[in-house]
Amino acid sequence: MTPTGRATAPGDDLRTWVPICAYADLIPERGAAALVAGDQIAVFRTFDGRFFAVGNRDPYSGAYVMSRGIVGTRDEEPVVATPMHKQVFSLVTGVCLDDPETALPTYPTRVTDGTLEVSVE
Amino acid sequence: MRIVVAGYGPAAHRLVETLARRGFTGTITVIGEEPRPAYDRVALTSYLKGTGAGELTLPDPGASARVLLGDRVVRVDRGRRTVTTRDGHEEPYDVLVLATGSAPFVPPVPGAGRAFVYRTIEDLDAIRAASAGATTGVVVGGGLLGLEAADALRGLGLATHVVEMGPWLMPRQVDEGGGAVLRGHVERLGLTVHTGTGLDRIEDGRVVLADGTSIDAGVVVFSAGVRPRDELARRAGLPVGERGGVVVDEGMRTADPAIYAVGECALAGGMVYGLVGPCNAMAEVAADRVLGGSASFTGADLSTKLKLLGVDVASFGRLSGALDVTYMDPVGGVYKKLFVSDDARTLLGGICVGDATPYTLLRPLVGRELTASPSDLLFAGAGGPRVDLPDDAPVCSCNNVTRGEIRAAIAERGATDVPALKKCTRAGTSCGSCLPALASILAAEGVAQDKALCEHFAHSRSELFDIVRVRGITTFSRLIAEHGRGRGCDICKPVVASILASLDGGHVLEGERAALQDTNDHFLANIQKNGTYSVVPRIPGGEITPEKLIVIGEVARDFGLYTKITGGQRIDLFGARVEELPLIWKRLVDAGFESGHAYGKALRTVKSCVGSAWCRYGVRDSVGMAIALELRYRGLRSPHKLKAAVSGCARECAEARGKDFGVIATETGWNLYVGGNGGFTPRHAELLATDLSDEELIRSIDRFLMFYIRTADRLQRTSAWIERIGLDHLRDVIVGDSLGICADLDAAMERHVGGYFDEWRATVEDPEKLRRFVSFVNAPGTPDPSIVFETRRDQITPVLVEVTRS
Ligand code: SRM
Ligand SMILES: Cc1cc2nc3c(=O)[nH]c(=O)nc-3n(C[C@H](O)[C@H](O)[C@H](O)COP(=O)(O)OP(=O)(O)OC[C@H]3O[C@@H](n4cnc5c(N)ncnc54)[C@H](O)[C@@H]3O)c2cc1C
Ligand code: SF4
Ligand code: FES
Repeated sequence: MTPTGRATAPGDDLRTWVPICAYADLIPERGAAALVAGDQIAVFRTFDGRFFAVGNRDPYSGAYVMSRGIVGTRDEEPVVATPMHKQVFSLVTGVCLDDPETALPTYPTRVTDGTLEVSVE
Repeated sequence: MRIVVAGYGPAAHRLVETLARRGFTGTITVIGEEPRPAYDRVALTSYLKGTGAGELTLPDPGASARVLLGDRVVRVDRGRRTVTTRDGHEEPYDVLVLATGSAPFVPPVPGAGRAFVYRTIEDLDAIRAASAGATTGVVVGGGLLGLEAADALRGLGLATHVVEMGPWLMPRQVDEGGGAVLRGHVERLGLTVHTGTGLDRIEDGRVVLADGTSIDAGVVVFSAGVRPRDELARRAGLPVGERGGVVVDEGMRTADPAIYAVGECALAGGMVYGLVGPCNAMAEVAADRVLGGSASFTGADLSTKLKLLGVDVASFGRLSGALDVTYMDPVGGVYKKLFVSDDARTLLGGICVGDATPYTLLRPLVGRELTASPSDLLFAGAGGPRVDLPDDAPVCSCNNVTRGEIRAAIAERGATDVPALKKCTRAGTSCGSCLPALASILAAEGVAQDKALCEHFAHSRSELFDIVRVRGITTFSRLIAEHGRGRGCDICKPVVASILASLDGGHVLEGERAALQDTNDHFLANIQKNGTYSVVPRIPGGEITPEKLIVIGEVARDFGLYTKITGGQRIDLFGARVEELPLIWKRLVDAGFESGHAYGKALRTVKSCVGSAWCRYGVRDSVGMAIALELRYRGLRSPHKLKAAVSGCARECAEARGKDFGVIATETGWNLYVGGNGGFTPRHAELLATDLSDEELIRSIDRFLMFYIRTADRLQRTSAWIERIGLDHLRDVIVGDSLGICADLDAAMERHVGGYFDEWRATVEDPEKLRRFVSFVNAPGTPDPSIVFETRRDQITPVLVEVTRS
């Protein structure tokens, strides 16, 4: 399987990319927390090999735990459920599918030489 | 309008309830002789098994009726329309309803005054008190109630005899062949049976039978029939039957249009009905008439089912007919007979002993065209032909609920399970014998729809369990590819993780399984509100050495954890960050502990009391047994969490009857209770088996747990599961092996016990698994800066992070 990040968009070259971890370090459908310039970010690898990065803070409980949620799908959308009270968020848009008023910040990802990178700008 | 009701038993209760439900606006005064409001007399025997009087009390009937308890109506003045009570109270009425029930018949033999009867809670209190100093008991009467009473005496520890005048037991319900098989069952329970002989006299400590036999008897109970309490009507000059009972018409009205009679005191259509179903039906008819309706009572189903420990006896419809089909297996203790019309097309009735499945399924079909050959119908139930019931077929005869009403409750009122059906229709709330029928109707109505676990699986948990087991599936990916869709969610993934763990053990963090676990299972600890975790070292049975207590204290001190004694006899250590968990476990493992499951759907704790080692009352080693059980079942993954307790005597200091399985020591063994629950919907556990040896106890619990694991729904505690399948069915399966799966269940538990390992130790020892216990993948040395504590009562407490939503 070829690791792919979010589709490259115009302007990506101008971003600052921060290396997070090796591709192989992430278990499929499980997340990990990363600290990037003082922000907590949750990174996930889905079953089909894509990577996503969202904010690690669960907006409902205020705890920094999104990386520990269960990853799956709703309809076709890849999602993560907060481990606290199980609200479900899209990994693509960050929007809470149970309550579209609430969303997690999302961050672009890519894989370079087997390393997962995130941009926080 | 002023209504006065004399008597406050089930019939009076149903009358008041019906009036309230239908918006009656007058005043109601109920005068009851017993010191308590109406209770479920059908379930009376459970009082001796520990059900509290409060639990037997029928629900508040919902009317602002004035209820006078502990007083008796002694006179009715029909001219002035008043009743007078023993305490001298006078009450005027526009309508009087007699609901005085019946009284046990006490045969006029010498010494009858020494005997007890079996009708009220006070009767049972007296029997219990007398049994405390006795070793032997005699029940006079081998009918339905007599056998129930005999079994109760046996449960009180008395060597018990049953004396029946008729030629065999339950002569009114079963024929000679059925009687013989029934006798075999009753004798196997340890009761001694004397038939074809009456009682001559009762003396101090013994009874003498008409044939001269003398039996030691510390306690004697009469259960030789009942007599309607029609004395008020007699004295008021109202017609009563030759053998008793207040004569009423189809509208339940006596000869005086202002006076009705309902329940066991009434003689309706020339019959007195001694079953709660018809009594309730009469009450509803009378209520309707009082409100100006025209309902009528034209007779009722006399089906009965004996609620005797482990023995099914049932009869329904007519017990004679032109043709009959009989199946008899004296070795297996099964006797079944169906009566059909002479053209063999209509079912007339039947008798079942040892297996009441045909009763539940065929009772509603009485008087109807047969749907299969009579011999096939005898095996209706497991594997037999499917029986479809018409809408007007009665399903619950205790509460007069038809198939059509159940259908409506499902279709229109959204009932999707047995508890919901009980709530909306009252079906199944009395004797419980219709519970299997309710479950099969739900299935027939396609409520299967609702069992879909989530959008990814159209199956229920128990169906998935069977799929995984039968097809030998070992991964989530294969299961969802072949039987589901998408990639799962927070509902189905933990369920599948639990099924895989129940079936073939292995570490919860092994390979793909790691991705299925909810956060607690994933970090092998309980998440707290600020994202830290708690650790609860296992303390089997609550027994712990001073050295180990000190270790727990040291670990808590060294890692700065908050400590609290839990309600489950262990110590919870809170506030550990993910990266600290393996370090904490390491310390515990080195000191001989394992961390415990305070998380996960698995065995939590087996609580114990002090027991016979120290307690002056203890009769058995409850601590030893609790430890053995906790070690046997630790790590067992199940549909919901499992809790247990063992008490060393009936004082029950371990609160075993509030647990999924509870064990209480007796002089002669262990009593096993199942299906208890605290939590959201508390429920007392029910007695499954008595006087078990250590081995029998463990085998029974093994099967109970494995059967639960196989068949319960997601997040269904054993209490709700038993409500759904019925205690009788459970007992049939795990004691009588009615499904032939006990060997399988036993083997599954052996696999669990043999395959158990300490999952925390295994994690600490595996560098691959340890890699996930870091604060940040890219900054493992930096602790999570959002975790902040302050000090309260000398310990840490999380500082609440302000909740804002972006
Ligand atoms: C620690 C403890 C409270 C205490 O300090 O005493 C506790 C704490 C929690 N209970 Fe409990 N329960 C604790 C004893 C009980 C008891 C009493 C008992 O076990 O004797 C009950 C009622 C008995 C029962 O379960 O039938 C109890 C009924 C519940 C329920 C309701 C269950 C129900 O059937 O309605 C939940 C919710 C659930 O499981 O879905 C729950 C859930 C929880 C959770 C797991 C909630 C959560 O997800 O965070 C709590 C987390 C524990 C932790 O972080 O360590 N807890 N909980 C007790 C741990 C006992 C132990 O050593 O294992
Ligand atoms: C142990 C046992 C098990 C049973 N099992 C079953 C079963 O499995 N299935 C089944 O269908 N039925 C069963 N029954 C029968 C069922 O309980 C009765 O049919 C039902 O209780 C009848 O209700 P009732 O209200 O007519 O009479 P009762 O329950 O007898 O109530 C009448 C009440 O009126 C009071 N009373 C009497 N006279 C007066 C007065 N003058 N003034 C004031 N109060 C008065 C009495 O004290 C009593 O409280 C069982 C009964 C017993 C005892
Ligand atoms: S249940 Fe009985 S044996 Fe156990 S502590 Fe209480 S009194 Fe003692
Ligand atoms: S038949 Fe007795 S409760 Fe339904």
